[in-house]
Amino acid sequence: MKILALDSSGLVASVAIVSDDTLLAEYTVNYKKTHSQTLLPMLDEVAKMIELDLNSVDAIAVAAGPGSFTGLRIGSATAKGLGLALGKPLVHIPTVDALACNLYGCGSLICPLMDARRSQVYTGIYTFEDGELRIIKEQSPMAVEQIAEELNALGREVVFLGDGVPVYREMLSTLMKVPYRYAPANMNRQRAASVAVLAQQYVKAGKTETAAEHAPDYLRLSQAERERAKAQKEER
Amino acid sequence: MEKNDILILAIESSCDETAAAVVRNGREVLSNIISSQIELHKLYGGVVPEIASRKHIEKINQVIEEALDAAGKTLSDMDAIAVTYGPGLVGALLVGVAEAKAISYAAGLPLVGVHHIEGHISANYIENPDLEPPFICLVVSGGHTHLVRVDDYGTYEILGRTRDDAAGEAFDKVARAIGLGYPGGPKIDKLSREGNPQAIRFPKAKIEDAPYDFSFSGLKSAVLNYLNGCRMKGEPVIEADVAASFQKAVTDVLVEHAMLAVKESGLNKLAIAGGVASNGTLRAAMEEACRENGVRFYRPSPIFCTDNAAMIGVAGYYEYQKGVRHGLDLNAVPNLKLGER
Repeated sequence: MKILALDSSGLVASVAIVSDDTLLAEYTVNYKKTHSQTLLPMLDEVAKMIELDLNSVDAIAVAAGPGSFTGLRIGSATAKGLGLALGKPLVHIPTVDALACNLYGCGSLICPLMDARRSQVYTGIYTFEDGELRIIKEQSPMAVEQIAEELNALGREVVFLGDGVPVYREMLSTLMKVPYRYAPANMNRQRAASVAVLAQQYVKAGKTETAAEHAPDYLRLSQAERERAKAQKEER
Repeated sequence: MEKNDILILAIESSCDETAAAVVRNGREVLSNIISSQIELHKLYGGVVPEIASRKHIEKINQVIEEALDAAGKTLSDMDAIAVTYGPGLVGALLVGVAEAKAISYAAGLPLVGVHHIEGHISANYIENPDLEPPFICLVVSGGHTHLVRVDDYGTYEILGRTRDDAAGEAFDKVARAIGLGYPGGPKIDKLSREGNPQAIRFPKAKIEDAPYDFSFSGLKSAVLNYLNGCRMKGEPVIEADVAASFQKAVTDVLVEHAMLAVKESGLNKLAIAGGVASNGTLRAAMEEACRENGVRFYRPSPIFCTDNAAMIGVAGYYEYQKGVRHGLDLNAVPNLKLGER
C-alpha cells in the first residue's frame, strides 16, 4: 500500500511517500517561508527523485487538524486537488495523533503540545501498548495548566514534543509533578511519514473519505462565531 | 469540438463565492457554477473571512466537479487551469490557489494565475463577441472602484480609483444605516424604485487635479448626518427617498467620470464590470449617457457581474494565449495590483 502524506498544520511543512513498511521519501522543512509556496514544490521534488507515478498512490493522507487554520487549509486543499485529479481517496489524520506516532513503542505517556495561541495548546495523551498506539485522552484545545494536572493525576513518566514545548517549557517546570522529558529534534515536530504510517492503519480499517467530502477539523470555531454565540448567550 | 479549441477550467474563491467554470476559446462559457455563502454572512452583517475560507474548502471539489459535468468534459479535455490569486481575502484565495495548483500538478495541466479585477473586466467578452480592446471600463464592486483603460488583452492602465470606500462598500454602509441589512446593493436598488431620487440633495465629491478619482466616504457621512438630523428633529425618515437619492448621487458621479474618460481618451467604447454593475439604476443611467453621446455601451448580464469563475476563465484564456504560466509556488496575493504583474 502506497500513501502520499502531507502535513502543513504548524510551522513545519512536510511531505512523505510511504510504501508498505518502507519510507520512500520524506521532505520536512521548518523555516519561515509560507506553506503555500513550499508544500507543492516539495512534493514535486521528492516525487521526481523517486520517479513516483502519482497514479500508483493508493490514498492521500493529510494532517487534518488541529493546527493553524490557514496551514490546515493549504494541506487540505492540496490533498483535495490531488484526490480530485487522481481519483484517489483521502485519509483524514488527526494532527496530534500523528505527532504521538513519532514516538513509536514509547511506553511512557506521550503528550504532544501544539501552540494554539490564546494561552492554549492543542494536545492529547497517548502511549504505546504492544506496539499499538493507545489514545488515553483525545486531542483537544486546552490550557497548559489543565493538561499538566491531568498528566500529574496519571502518575506516570511523560515525554513532551511539539512546537508548544519552547513556548511552555518554563511553565511546565513548575507545573509538572511527575518525571518528564522532551523528545529530541529528530522526532519532536510534525512529520508526514508519521501521518502516512497512521494512514495505512486507517485505510486497512476502511476509514477513508472522498476528496469532495474532506474538510479540516479545526477543533475551534472562528472568532466571529464565538463572539456571536457569546452575545446570544448573554441575551438569554 | 474543433481540434484547435482551447478549454480552460477556472476557479474563483477570492471572497464569499466558491466558483468554477469551463470556458472555450475565451468567449464561450460551457459551464458556470457558483456556490454562494451570502446567507451565512448575513448573520454577521458582512463577509467574515475565516467563515468564508472554511466554506470554500467544504465546497470547492463539488463545485469543480459540477462545472466539469455541466460542460460535459473531464479534466483530460482541459488545456489549462486558471485561478484567481488576488486581490481578495488571503485565506479565501489560498483555498482556490492550493486546489488549482494540486490539480495542475496531478493532471499535468498548465497553471495560469488571474487577477480578480481583470476577470471582472473580461466578463464583458462573454456576451459581446464584437468587443475588443481598446476600451474604457468602469469596475465597481464591494471592494473596488476603478476606472480603467483597457489597451489590449491583459494590458491595463488605471485612470482613476476611489480614495476611500469602494462604491459597493458605501451601498453596504448606507443600507445598514437605514436598516436594510446585508448585502446593501440589491436592497437599495430595490427600495429606490419606490423613492424619489430628487428628494434629498447629497454631495458629490470632486477631487482636485484627479478628475477620474472617486470618494464615497463623504457621501456616506452625509447620509448618516441626514438620518441623525431627522432623528434629532423628530422628523420621519422616508427610507425609499434616502435610498433613491443616495443611489442617484453615486450613479451620477460614476457616469460623469466614465463619460469624461471616454471623451478624453477618444475611445468610443465603454464597458462596466463588477458586482455594482448589476445595479439597475446604474446600468440604465450609463446606457442613457452612452446613447446621448454616441458611445457603444457594454455590460455583462448580472450573473457575470457578481463574482464568478467564467470571467476568470476568459481572462485566463488571454493570459494563456500570451504564454503566461505560473509555477507550483504560486501564492495568494491579497493586494495584487492591476496591471502590475
